[in-house]
Amino acid sequence: MKILVTLALGLAALPSLAAEYAGFLPGKSQVDFVSTQMNVPVNGRFGKFDGQIRFDPAKPAEGQARLEVVLASIETGLDEANAEVAGADWFDVAKHPKAIFESTAVESLGNQMFRIQGKLTIRGTTQPVTTEARFTEQGGAGIFAGSFKMNRKDFGVGQGIWGDTSVVANEVEIRYQLAAPAH
Amino acid sequence: MQTPQHTRYDGVAILLHWLVALIIIGNFALGLYMHELKLTPWKLQLYSWHKWAGVTVFLLAALRILWRLTHRPPALPDTMPEWQKAVAHGGHHLLYMLMFAVPVTGWLMSSALGVQTVYFGLLPIPDLLGKNKELGEALKVVHEFCNFGMAAIVFGHAAAALKHHYKDHDGILSRMAPWVR
Ligand code: HEM
Repeated sequence: MKILVTLALGLAALPSLAAEYAGFLPGKSQVDFVSTQMNVPVNGRFGKFDGQIRFDPAKPAEGQARLEVVLASIETGLDEANAEVAGADWFDVAKHPKAIFESTAVESLGNQMFRIQGKLTIRGTTQPVTTEARFTEQGGAGIFAGSFKMNRKDFGVGQGIWGDTSVVANEVEIRYQLAAPAH
Repeated sequence: MQTPQHTRYDGVAILLHWLVALIIIGNFALGLYMHELKLTPWKLQLYSWHKWAGVTVFLLAALRILWRLTHRPPALPDTMPEWQKAVAHGGHHLLYMLMFAVPVTGWLMSSALGVQTVYFGLLPIPDLLGKNKELGEALKVVHEFCNFGMAAIVFGHAAAALKHHYKDHDGILSRMAPWVR
């Protein structure tokens, strides 16, 4: 009897413990970046992206994430800069409309932190990236929030006169928040 | 006979006047020029220099005000009609206000457009406003308005100085430009 009660209580508690998150919530997600112009950090963001997340905090190694960012949706703060970075020297959105991130491995670092490795493709160039993210659960959504730094020139972003990194730095920081609904 | 201090501006006032005038006129021209350029690293470079020059104007203008409040300029000659003296004083007040309004609106605009001003790339000037594109565009108009207002007043100001020199021969120009006889 006692065992049964314990079991019943345990089962009742289970769903919240073993919550799995799958899908994507664009409204609760955000993809921002910080570039550096002559020592000055300049913030921007991407307005349109879509993704697919499958994650169970209890089994992080099985977690998967894919993100597709519509590069033409960039908001730098200046219309003229938005048009410039969509052009051939930068993202060349006519030929490469999207940046794609695909995870290859997820591991727990403890304390709700996870290390996510993956492949990032921009302008037809694929490079490995690693990022650390904090995972939180709120209001029926699982949210990864983290950042990583990348070199734009590794992807051929910013060519020609923009190849000189003394004005616009090579390093760009990506800050993201990606949410998926509880399943 | 009056002492030299009373017939012309003192050296510091003269130095600050011409230094500020030089930077303002140069930076006004730079602003017009860079605005027309297409986006290149050179343009971004110029924008940074324009902002640094603006911060410099602000600092020098603050110094000028402090100096002006503690060092009275020579009185305008009695050969000038009262209304002309009033116009001169009013114009000078407006110029002092614009010497602050122009850099401040530029700084606020820059903050609202999301590009912080970092003096000489070293000293970050805090952003008083958060990023807000509409506000940034509105402040751009205010910045331009202040600039064209200032250009008009500086034009009238310089024309008056030349009129004093070539028509009135009352030595007003030499009070600020002692090398001009
Ligand atoms: C080529 C351009 C310029 C010329 C020829 C010029 C000439 C003069 C002269 C002759 C005076 C002395 C007036 C007097 O004796 O009462 C004066 C005063 C003054 N100037 Fe200019 N100026 C020029 C540009 C500027 C600029 C660009 C500014 C700043 C926006 C400026 C701001 C002032 C101010 C505020 C005073 C009044 C000083 C005071 O009594 O407190 N000037 N200027």
